[in-house]
Amino acid sequence: MADSVFDLVQAQLAPSIGQASVAHGVLVLELPAAELAGVVGRLKAEFRFDMFLDVTAVDWPGQDPRFEVVYHFYSTQHHVRVRLKTRVAEADPTVDTLVPLYGSARYMERECHEMYGIVFRGNADLRPALLYEGFVGHPLRKDYPKLQEQPLVEYRK
Amino acid sequence: MTAPGGIGPAVKPAVKPFPNPVRTDFDRIRTEGRVYVNIGPSHPATHGTVQIIAELDGERVVRTDVHPGYLHRGFEKECESHTWHNLIPYVDRLNYVSALINDFAYCEAVEKLMGVEITPRCRYLRTLLSEYSRIIDHITCIAAGVMEIGAMTAFLYLMTIRDYMYEHLANLTGARVTYSYGRIGGLAADLPEGWLARLEELLVQQEEFVGRVHGLMDRNRIFIDRMRDVGVISTADAINWGFTGPILRSTGAARDLRKDTPYLAYADLDFDVPVGIKGDNYDRYYVRMREIDESVYMIRQCVDALPGGPINVDDRRCVLPPKSLVYTEIESLINHFKLIMDGPEVPVGDVYSAHEASNGELGFYLVSTGKGIPHKVHVRSPSFVHIGGVHLMLDGGQLADIIPTFGSVNMIGGECDR
Repeated sequence: MADSVFDLVQAQLAPSIGQASVAHGVLVLELPAAELAGVVGRLKAEFRFDMFLDVTAVDWPGQDPRFEVVYHFYSTQHHVRVRLKTRVAEADPTVDTLVPLYGSARYMERECHEMYGIVFRGNADLRPALLYEGFVGHPLRKDYPKLQEQPLVEYRK
Repeated sequence: MTAPGGIGPAVKPAVKPFPNPVRTDFDRIRTEGRVYVNIGPSHPATHGTVQIIAELDGERVVRTDVHPGYLHRGFEKECESHTWHNLIPYVDRLNYVSALINDFAYCEAVEKLMGVEITPRCRYLRTLLSEYSRIIDHITCIAAGVMEIGAMTAFLYLMTIRDYMYEHLANLTGARVTYSYGRIGGLAADLPEGWLARLEELLVQQEEFVGRVHGLMDRNRIFIDRMRDVGVISTADAINWGFTGPILRSTGAARDLRKDTPYLAYADLDFDVPVGIKGDNYDRYYVRMREIDESVYMIRQCVDALPGGPINVDDRRCVLPPKSLVYTEIESLINHFKLIMDGPEVPVGDVYSAHEASNGELGFYLVSTGKGIPHKVHVRSPSFVHIGGVHLMLDGGQLADIIPTFGSVNMIGGECDR
């Protein structure tokens, strides 16, 4: 079941995606950031990947482009997952938002934005979700020191 | 400290007001005649530490803006500086009501990366304990939820049985709530003597207590008035907003990872996926009650089919050698030392592995660079995703309905805020 869906996706999307492989039961597609919204739209409309599970980023310091934005989708019909990966540079860490396609993207993109500084173009609500207003920096980037503190209220002397 | 030339404490300098940690969505658009209230972050009636900012028209909730994050402790950052094994106590504290499910989901993700196949006995024990945790989680959710709308007796019945179960798990793992019982490639220890006999006693007792709760709540007029047609969500909305677990099932969609993508021993077990009809608070209550029954049924099947044999795989890349060897031969001593100090070497790659936790899909996305320490650990926690869409259930309802609706969502701060 899973394999036939994966084969179909690979065959149909082949022109617009870079690399495709199956790893640990998940179809992995690597594609340029510009293709992202289009491919996700087709995944949702044609292959019933109707659930947006997750978005996060991986920081690879020293590599260029530095950030890898990782998406997971699930099909409640075929019971399979697909992972999309796209690379963005540190100078312009921008990808298109998926809010028009999935409601759940709104919140998860907020988290990815505050933790990694990835900008989701078109998401009007990129306020901090887990951090607070005025937090400086992006704590899950590798160059953010783990022990750095930014207390909202000064410590008692 | 005394003020110069006088008696008594000095006048304190004026304290600068603290900046507001959240910016509400309502700062942009405000409507004349509406009232804006804060509910939480620390309010006796909120189900966890969360702030709900509500725009009210009389008693009616027009819009809500939900802010989690008060339990954020940098879990994912902390994970990047400890060995794969050392993370097990941390993942325990994600959903601290059913900590074992987190343990097993995390361990399975690492095992997938390492290509480790756990032993049959471990597979069944993990299944059994996952279901046991699910019972505890559902009991806690229902107990807190009904207590918040005034049903104290049902709360006490459920908390009593939950505490017996906690003690029973303490007998197995040494801790009541956060067990750290999973291990990469197996479990911390095998079952102690008499544990399964006591388990059956508790299941019988649990059925009696849950039966009493059914009698108290199911057809209770006050309960139905507060729960029926309150906090309704449709299947299409639920899927669009990423809802999983009992909330999605309460809308009538039989989506359950245990059936859809079977893991552990679920493929061998016989069980039903209970669903609701309307997606309201009552359905979420009833789906959880029915899932408790199914979990009991699964536990009994696991006990009957529990295979013998070892609980840990025989793989020196991740499992510690037996102490008798560590103390007698140098190879095992070094093996033990390397596993503790450097951590198990996990092959380069990334993996997403998900379990059906009591609140929904709990996924771990791990990235390894081949070292004993993960490059990245990301948790797809059901509560966080649910909080992103919970306004769909709250908006348009009554102010007082926020409490039971939010209770039925069962937001767990530990996994939501990480």
